[in-house]
Amino acid sequence: MSTATHTRQAPEDDLALVPAKPRIGDKVFTGLSTGAGIAIFVILAAVALFLIAQAFPALTSTPEMLQSRGYGPFWSWVAPFAFGTVYSAFWALVFAVPVAIGIALFISHYAPRRLASGLGYVIDLLAAVPSVVYGLWGANTFAAALQPLHAWLATYLGWFPLFTPPASGTGRSMLTTSLVLAVMILPIITSLCREVFLQTPKLHEEAALALGATRWEMICMAVFPFARAGIVSAVMLGLGRALGETMAVAMVLSGAGVIKFDIIGQQNPNTIAATIALNFPDASGLRINQLIAGGLILFVITLAVNMLARWIVRRRAAFSGAN
Amino acid sequence: MTATALSKSDSLTAGQLPRWSTPATVVGSIALAVLVTLLLGPFNVGLAAVLAFVIYQVVTYCSSGLVEGPRRATDRLMTGFIIGAFLLALVPLIWVAATTLANGLGRFDLAFFNNSMRNVDGVGGGAVHAIYGTLMITGVATLISVPVGLLTAIYLSEYGRGHLARGITFFVDVMTGIPSIVAGLFAYALMTLLLGPGTVSGFSGSLALSVLMIPVVVRSTEELLRIVPNELREASYALGVPKWRTILRIVLPTAVSGIVAGVILAIARIIGETAPLMVAAGFTQSINMSFFSGPMMTLPTFVYDQYAYRGLPPEAFVDRAWTGALILILIVMALNLIGRLVAKRFAPKSGR
Repeated sequence: MSTATHTRQAPEDDLALVPAKPRIGDKVFTGLSTGAGIAIFVILAAVALFLIAQAFPALTSTPEMLQSRGYGPFWSWVAPFAFGTVYSAFWALVFAVPVAIGIALFISHYAPRRLASGLGYVIDLLAAVPSVVYGLWGANTFAAALQPLHAWLATYLGWFPLFTPPASGTGRSMLTTSLVLAVMILPIITSLCREVFLQTPKLHEEAALALGATRWEMICMAVFPFARAGIVSAVMLGLGRALGETMAVAMVLSGAGVIKFDIIGQQNPNTIAATIALNFPDASGLRINQLIAGGLILFVITLAVNMLARWIVRRRAAFSGAN
Repeated sequence: MTATALSKSDSLTAGQLPRWSTPATVVGSIALAVLVTLLLGPFNVGLAAVLAFVIYQVVTYCSSGLVEGPRRATDRLMTGFIIGAFLLALVPLIWVAATTLANGLGRFDLAFFNNSMRNVDGVGGGAVHAIYGTLMITGVATLISVPVGLLTAIYLSEYGRGHLARGITFFVDVMTGIPSIVAGLFAYALMTLLLGPGTVSGFSGSLALSVLMIPVVVRSTEELLRIVPNELREASYALGVPKWRTILRIVLPTAVSGIVAGVILAIARIIGETAPLMVAAGFTQSINMSFFSGPMMTLPTFVYDQYAYRGLPPEAFVDRAWTGALILILIVMALNLIGRLVAKRFAPKSGR
């Protein structure tokens, strides 16, 4: 065995870099894994392509055709739902973001060290509850429990445009829906913020404390400036979730195709995803194409939000001024 | 300087609220809030909790502001808000768990696991068709997603350089953000083009779930492969082991516990998906043994179906929905627990 090796490594060869023998296993494995990577492109392209192909009949039909065999002219049909999608996600963010940042700070800077990771798991459990269960809970229990609040808001704050009476009698309003959505996006915003807060340079924190800052002042001076971009991207990802959430909205909200800013009323703008879910089982023909075209609009909205979020993350990585 | 400054420096603890002040304020504000709520009308836990929080914050801010100065007072105020945020997040968690348990246990019986909804009009019936469908659809989705996700992660961590790798990373991130119902519509559109309109099947549901599962598997696996120490790879190359064998025999076994945990968590993530299955796999009331044709029920769609299309008596349908929800939560919790245990128990010992 050794003699064979020695004869191959002749003196005249040992200066030149001998390229490794091409092995069939390496080629196969490289090909397989590269193929899997390219499959990601193919899948994403296929999603866009098939959606466009199936949405095409609805997008090209005349308004009269859609009026008789679909749900009505496409753009005026989808506009209220697009509005409802963005509006409900907006309120979900308003409710979820302050709480999520608070929880993340609690876990990263306030809770006793030994408890911190356990408490993080507890919050992650919120993400483990399937959306259909949130829908069931929201529609059956939570909405009824919030109904008195709706009545109170309509009675005492009815002059405020958001709380125009009459209040919803069932509590299945935009307010309840966005609170359920807020609960559902809380874990993702919390866990991303927590990661960023934990990465704050220890020296910055200690420097702030050594200068006599209280804990909150230290957080304002050292943690928030460092984490700002991270918080923004976490919020954007939460927004993406809220925009695409289907079942909770479909089951909780009593929605219609209206554009209304009132959040406690009986008539609320439905979301695109919920409209698809509610109508798809009974749809056929051109109506299915119209629903898929609605899904395409939703796809475009969430794609834009997610790409913006990733772009912010990437910019932060490039210009991280921490050190 | 002044007399007050002198008197404050008398001892180390001067100018601070005593240690017992916080628990005392908590107890006091809760008692006061309960009292006020009782005086206002029928007792309401939510109202009392909000009131107690407001009273606590006001009392703390004022007392701390008087004794310790505005900066300390702000600090205490914000501490209150931050702890309050955490407690607030526990409310829906406990509420959902308690409601599901209370309502779901009623039908959590043998019949539920033995019967489908075939020929069941009112009371009785079960979800065996849905449980079967969930296992089949999730299983096949896992079979599709794990190889693709694993190989993509291997490409990204071991081979990928330059534009292609960066592009794949970016598009995996984009895929993570696809709304679940859009994934369902994709599978439906694909099946419509291949097999004609209105085609729903278990396989179509699996395809929809794969679109959601692949990016999750890629993300978690890639992260784990990246933390496998380079020394291991180099030692293997130095022994003349080809790259593919190094990956199969050295890199993957080192990370296997984390990969398994990641896959289990990914399953937990997709097993509760409802919207894509409503669109792609449809509804049925009986067991469908054929995976490639005809609608197939799953637990999440079962819950929605029972809730949304109630017959008579409606309570029987709602009860079945809650029991389905309870089983779903139990499965997801169990998967989460197993995933975390696997990750912890079989984690490779790091040398340091």
